[in-house]
Order: sequence, then structure tokens, then C-alpha cells
Amino acid sequence: MKRVQFNRPLLPYLLILPQMAVIVIFFYWPSAQAIQSSFYIEDPFGFGASFVGLANYKDILTSGEYLRIVNFTVIFTLLVTFLSLAIGLLLAVKADKVLRGASAYKTLLISVYAVAPPVAGLIGVMFFDQHIGPFTKLAAWFGWEMRVGIDYWDTAITMITISVWKQIPYNFIFFLSGLQGISRSVVEAAAIDCRSPTRRFWTVILPLLSPTAFFLLIINMTYALFDTFGIIDTTVKDKAANNPITLVYKVYMDGFRGNDIGGSSAQSVILMLVVLVLTVFQFRFIERRVHYN
Amino acid sequence: MNRTRFLDHLILILGVLFMVGPIVVAFMTSTHDPYEIHMKGLMTSWGNDFVATYDKVLFEEGGFTGKVTGLAMLKNSFILGIGFAVGKIVLSMLAAYAIVYFRFRMGVVFFWMIFTTLLLPLEVRILPSYEVMTRLGLVDTYSGLIVPLLASATGTFYFRQFFKSVPEELLEAARIDGAGPFKFFVDILVPLSRNMIAAIFIIMFVYGWNQYLWPMLMTTDESFFTLVRGIKQILLVWVGAQIPDYNQAFALAVLAMVPPILVVVVFQSWFIKGLTESDK
Repeated sequence: MKRVQFNRPLLPYLLILPQMAVIVIFFYWPSAQAIQSSFYIEDPFGFGASFVGLANYKDILTSGEYLRIVNFTVIFTLLVTFLSLAIGLLLAVKADKVLRGASAYKTLLISVYAVAPPVAGLIGVMFFDQHIGPFTKLAAWFGWEMRVGIDYWDTAITMITISVWKQIPYNFIFFLSGLQGISRSVVEAAAIDCRSPTRRFWTVILPLLSPTAFFLLIINMTYALFDTFGIIDTTVKDKAANNPITLVYKVYMDGFRGNDIGGSSAQSVILMLVVLVLTVFQFRFIERRVHYN
Repeated sequence: MNRTRFLDHLILILGVLFMVGPIVVAFMTSTHDPYEIHMKGLMTSWGNDFVATYDKVLFEEGGFTGKVTGLAMLKNSFILGIGFAVGKIVLSMLAAYAIVYFRFRMGVVFFWMIFTTLLLPLEVRILPSYEVMTRLGLVDTYSGLIVPLLASATGTFYFRQFFKSVPEELLEAARIDGAGPFKFFVDILVPLSRNMIAAIFIIMFVYGWNQYLWPMLMTTDESFFTLVRGIKQILLVWVGAQIPDYNQAFALAVLAMVPPILVVVVFQSWFIKGLTESDK
């Protein structure tokens, strides 16, 4: 906060009022309602709701289907995070190194940032299409018949590929700006001490990038958990039956397709806790262990 | 040395092909007719149907009700993108101004209430949010589409960080010259934040334009559909079609991609600065 501040009794409240109004109506009210309805079972015909305590949570956590989705969400999140971070880092390191055409590469590589997830999903689904998809043809050439939307893991591979593709530009931008923030003198000093560029990268550059990397780690996990909704929706096209889906998609399916308000709310609350743990983890654990210069 | 430089370029070119290739192919394919696409697969060459396809997608009335055109969806996308960006900037600048420049009792409480919204994305509380909207009668309205998306702290944090970096002497000097809070904000703080406002506008415009889940739930009336929301409709129409209108689907996808891509590419330096300096 500033040392010098204005001292008016009413004005600050007026200034903050619009933001607070929006947050209270569209954030706190729905969140409170989610927590409340997670303890109730709604009558299917709309005649009120009855309190059931933790029954919704118990049903969810003992359901084999839910645990399978948890399982897939973990695999999906880890793969998407790892692959998009790795490819983003590789491209950023190379773009930082080349002299000729650096800005052209940069512009082309970041443009995909602006593509909406469902649009990415639509294009991706075309590339894996049964009739016209080049990736399906490529796979067939190797004797692998891909059936996206029917075969569980073929659909999963499609979803993961599209999600990684969509997230690379974000990681690229942050890694590149991190690399460009490393001072020349450090790089030159390292070059005098150690001849191998690969070794220099692992022992000098990467540790200096670790704050960026850990920041991105959390962002990417949140992306894979929540922002991939559009990609999953366009890949499975409302037919979640035998297809891989993530936890957020399950919340949507149960709430809007299955009309299971209590169950969907309980899942929301579980996801809130996951996000809370991720955030606390970010602040407490990671920030302390990462090397800051 | 030359060999490693060649390898660097090779990796970058492969990266560019992987990233931009699908977009180019989507555009090229949209210029062919559906039978040709059905026979030969995705296209990398320019076809003959560019004008016909885009004319049809933009101006012909379609959808379930037969009333919505691509142009109308394009308009709605712009309303959502610009409305969201402007709303976000106004709300968060005012709130950040109050938090940084005023001493008031509830300041800290409000700050934490705003901070908490960072923890829970809209996707998590989607069903109760929808219920609140029906109760308020905001389904199928532009305010219902835009305002709930504003309930997050990102913008407020960008501006809070920025205001804190503004030298204190400015406020002291302004006060000696007799400037009140309103004059200080309009004549000094807003002009100083110009670059910051531009950067946030770009980020928020792209974010608003690309919204999918919320518009999908909030708009059942096709006259409120955005382009990104329209993607869902294409896929639903496809289920069961003999030869889907691949060209039209790709054309709509291209229309949904081009404005945000242009904004990001043209205002690249602002966009990158805004993204990397404020997110940390």
C-alpha cells in the first residue's frame, strides 16, 4: 500500500462497489449455493429437496465410474502439462538462440494462443476424422486403425494432442521472456567455465528458469483441468458414454444432462478443494524450493 | 557450428509447421467444395469455392430456427469480446484505485474477497451460476453473457501491481497542487496506465471472444450465438449427415479464429508484455 493515501469516508466504497457487487452476485452466491446443494438431494419432479448430509459425497467417492474419471483426469493433466511444457521450452530455447528469422518464428509460434479451445477441438477432430483425417491415414499406414469417438484411447490421444497444441504458445511466450531475462554476463561467464552447451543448459540456464517453470506448472495444470472443456466437448460431442472425460466435464454432464444437482454440486465442491490444494501448494511449498535470483 | 545452427532452424521450422499448419490447412480446405473434401481429404491448395462458401456462411440464414447468419454471430462475438474487455478494465481499475490509493476500514477485507475469486474458475461453479442467472432472468441477454464472466480478480491484480509501481511523489505533487481523487485519477493515473490498459484489453478481448461453456449455457436463442458457440451447433448438425459440409465448418472456424489471431499478432509486443509482466 502507498504511504500517502487519500482519506475520504465514502469514495473508496463507491469505487469498489461495482467490482464487489459482481463478485458477490456471480461468485459468492453461486459458490455458497454449490456447497449448500451438495448436502441435499433434489426431488426429480422439482418438489423441494431433502437434506442427506454427506451421502452425495459418499456416492461419488465410492462410484467406480467417478474413480475411473479421476484416474483419466490425472493421466490427462500430467501428460498435457509435461508435453506442452517440454515442447514450449524446446522451441523457446531454439528461438532464443537463432539470430536470423527470430521474430518471424516468434510471431508464427504465438499465433495459436488466440485460437479458442473448441475451435482447436473442431480442427483437431478433422485431422483425426475417419474419412478425411490425415493423422488417421498416417496411423492406418502403420497398421493402426484409429477410431476416434469409439475407441477409448484413440479418443484420449486426440484430446491430448489438441490440448498440447493449444497450450504450447503460452509456455513458449513465458519461457522465451524468461530466457531473455537472463543476463548476458551470466551466460558468458558460464560459457568460459564450461564448454558443453548441453551441460550449461542443465546446470545454469534451467535453474535460472525454474521460477518461470514452476509458475507455468501450476498454470498448465489448471489449464488441463478446466480450460480444456471446449476441446473435450468437441471431441466427444455429448456422447460421454465410453469416451474419456475429465472431472469438469463430468460436473457438466451430471448437472445439465443428468439433472443430478446434488451430485454435480458435490463434485464442484471436490474440485474447489483440488484447486485450493493446488494454490496452497504453489504458495507454500514450491515458492520456497525454487531458486530465485 | 553450422550444423547446430541448421538443427536449431530445423526444430523451429518443424515447430512452426506443427503449430500453424493446422490453421493453414483449415483455411485452404474451406475454399473447396464438400464432395471434393470428402473424396480427397484435407487440402493444402487453394480451391475455387472461396467466395461461394464464405458468402454462404456469412449471409445465408441457417441454424435450427433458420434465422442466424455468420455475420450475426460475428457481431455477437465482437460484443462479447469488447464488452468483456471494457467491463473488466473499468471495474478492475476502479477497484484497484480504491485499494491502493485510499485508506478505508474494509479495504483489507475487500482485497481478500477479491483475491479468493482467483481460486475458483467459472467451470467449477457452473451449475449454481446458471441457477442464479435463471432466477435473475438474465438468460438470453447480453448482460447475462458478459457480466458474470467479470466476476474474477485477474484485472484487479494487474492494475493493483501497476498502481503500486507508480512513484509516490506523483500523488504528493498532485495533492500540493490541489488535485482531488477524481482529478488525480483522470489526469494522471489513466494517462500513465495507457500501455497497461492496451495490454489488458488485448488479453481480455481474446479471453472474452474465446468463451465457450458460459455462452453455451446462457444462450439458447440463436440470435445471441457467438461464433465460438456456433461450433457446437455445427457438430450437432453433423451427427447423421451423409456428407457433412466440411467447407462451411472450416469457414466458420476460420472466421472464429481470424479476429483474435490478428489482434494478438498485430499488437504482439503489448500483448506479450501484458501477459508476462502482470501474471507473475
